[in-house]
Amino acid sequence: MTTVLTLPVLLPMLGAAVTVVGSRSAALQRVVGIVVLTAVAVLAAVLLVAADERGPVVAELGGWAAPVGIALVADRLSALLLLVSTLVTLAVLVYAIDQRIADYGRGTASTTFHPMYLMLCAGVSLAYLTGDLFTLFVAFELMLTASYVLITRRTGASRIPAGMTYVTVSLLSSLLFLTAIALVYAATGTVNLADLAERIGTLPGGVQSVLGLMLLVVFGIKAAIVPLHFWLPDSYPNAPGPVAALFAGLLTKVSFYALLRTETLLFSRDKPWTLLLVLAVATMLVGALGALVQNDLNRLLSFLLVSHIGFMLFGLAVFDAAALSGAALYAAHHITVLATLFLVSGLITRRTGTVSLDEMGGLARSSPGLAVLFAIPAMTLAGIPPTAGFVAKLALLQAGAAAGLGPQVVAGVVILASLLTLYALVRVWVRVFWGKPRPPRPDEDPTDEVLVGTARTSMPMYAATAGLVAVSLAIAVFAGPLTVLTGRAGVDLIDRTPYVDAVLGAQEGR
Amino acid sequence: MITINVVMALTVGVLYGVGFTLLLSRSLMRVLIGVVVLGHGTNLLLQLAGGPPGRPPIVGTAPPESFADPLPQALALTAIVITFALTTFLLALGYRAFVLVGHDEVQDDVEDRRIARQKVPSAPLESGDGSDDAEQDLERADDEVEAEAARGRDRS
Repeated sequence: MTTVLTLPVLLPMLGAAVTVVGSRSAALQRVVGIVVLTAVAVLAAVLLVAADERGPVVAELGGWAAPVGIALVADRLSALLLLVSTLVTLAVLVYAIDQRIADYGRGTASTTFHPMYLMLCAGVSLAYLTGDLFTLFVAFELMLTASYVLITRRTGASRIPAGMTYVTVSLLSSLLFLTAIALVYAATGTVNLADLAERIGTLPGGVQSVLGLMLLVVFGIKAAIVPLHFWLPDSYPNAPGPVAALFAGLLTKVSFYALLRTETLLFSRDKPWTLLLVLAVATMLVGALGALVQNDLNRLLSFLLVSHIGFMLFGLAVFDAAALSGAALYAAHHITVLATLFLVSGLITRRTGTVSLDEMGGLARSSPGLAVLFAIPAMTLAGIPPTAGFVAKLALLQAGAAAGLGPQVVAGVVILASLLTLYALVRVWVRVFWGKPRPPRPDEDPTDEVLVGTARTSMPMYAATAGLVAVSLAIAVFAGPLTVLTGRAGVDLIDRTPYVDAVLGAQEGR
Repeated sequence: MITINVVMALTVGVLYGVGFTLLLSRSLMRVLIGVVVLGHGTNLLLQLAGGPPGRPPIVGTAPPESFADPLPQALALTAIVITFALTTFLLALGYRAFVLVGHDEVQDDVEDRRIARQKVPSAPLESGDGSDDAEQDLERADDEVEAEAARGRDRS
């Protein structure tokens, strides 16, 4: 099992190395990328089955037992999110490859895109699988450094400032993360998560609060929780379509996973967390209301992304098994649906040559396939039955309704934010797909990868988007077994002992 | 739990203060120096988390308490490498901004600029007392937003 657990990290890294060495051959880069990510998806599925049947799977790196060595752990939650994330990265890679073929021709290889894409995937895998706070930091750096390159490559003068904002804010949160790790180590003398789970409980209450809040701020910046969200709507819309989809699908969710993991494992509590409930309300409302006034399609989607981080935060704030189960299910749904919507937005932008809703119209007649591809994820995000969004939202609402007055009020806000989401998306629908068809705007700046009015699209780009829509529909179809699975994951998160025993027990068994 | 001495605590505090102050400036070069200083503060804090300075490294046999803790040193080394790499990246980015844009200053927020643009035409019409004026300004801004939305509807 050690091999299965390390390969999701090692394979993308090796793949990145191969794509650097073979940077002359575009075909080699494409094949390596797709083969590696397919293999990681299979491994993630194996891990999910193993973790569900026999409890958390643990690997000790270098043969050093935890808590001295670094442990990789796959439990139900991390394996599930790894599987969903890898399916998304695979689909986005197919889309990106075909967009590159459409734009630059079949023979053009890239020295940066493929290596950075695979390094980002390695960082995501490591962040999900690590059982060590410092390795989590390294995983985030791996992921973010790759994302810095992806968001700033091939940018013109108009998009450089957005990249600068993104890099600076991410760097700040990384340094705060490092500070939090230093404080945690000074207080406990360990950075192993399972070991920390046992030691942090013995610290004075004040120290525990400081450490918990430090980590909340760190992951709050990275996950774009209001009031720390301001960087996201300024930076994501400035990335090319597939890169924006990758970021929207993964980066904030990996940070939310890290928040979920650390706050449940290290700082267990037995009643709802009022601070987080307030933050969840602020995130949901600021995001949804921000989306209502946007005219730029990608900015609108970015605000909706922020809004729906609040839904997951609500699950964490209620802090019981049912709510955490709902949050896990919501994260899986959110990863797929946001990536899909950004891919569709990329297709729309290529057709119309603009991101401004005012300048679009009539796409339902000129490309009905695109309309279907937008309508399904839009309904999923708004949570209309019987889509995956409805299933996940229902799980959250049921958990919230059973958890006392505070969560019940917030559950009301969840419904309000869902309605606002629906309104924002209907507004997009009316402006983009109905009305008089307009000719696409010409491509003003060919070096700029975000606004491409070439209308050059290829079947695989639609197929990749449709594949993600299918994943989202599959979440709805298999909602029963998935809810049972995330239910067990939620119980594990509250109980903590399966995780701790699996990591530390491995050491006693030797 | 370990305790650290006041001089070290103050040094870390000053480095953090300087770092955050520089981060708040608009020039990317100052932000870059801020990140570097903040990184130094963080690495020093990470070192101090391993115990007071001046202990010997793990060589030979002696009671474990007398040695310096090697783990924070390893962590700090990793962190130094990462901040070093990102500093060079930020430098390259700042240089590209300088080449392409002509300066490396952070621009105003898009949303802020839009709100500012909405208010400008209706600003100096009359000079009454402040509160009424502000309200009227707001109403005028609202009217313009609505008019804008109506234009959008007409077009679609």
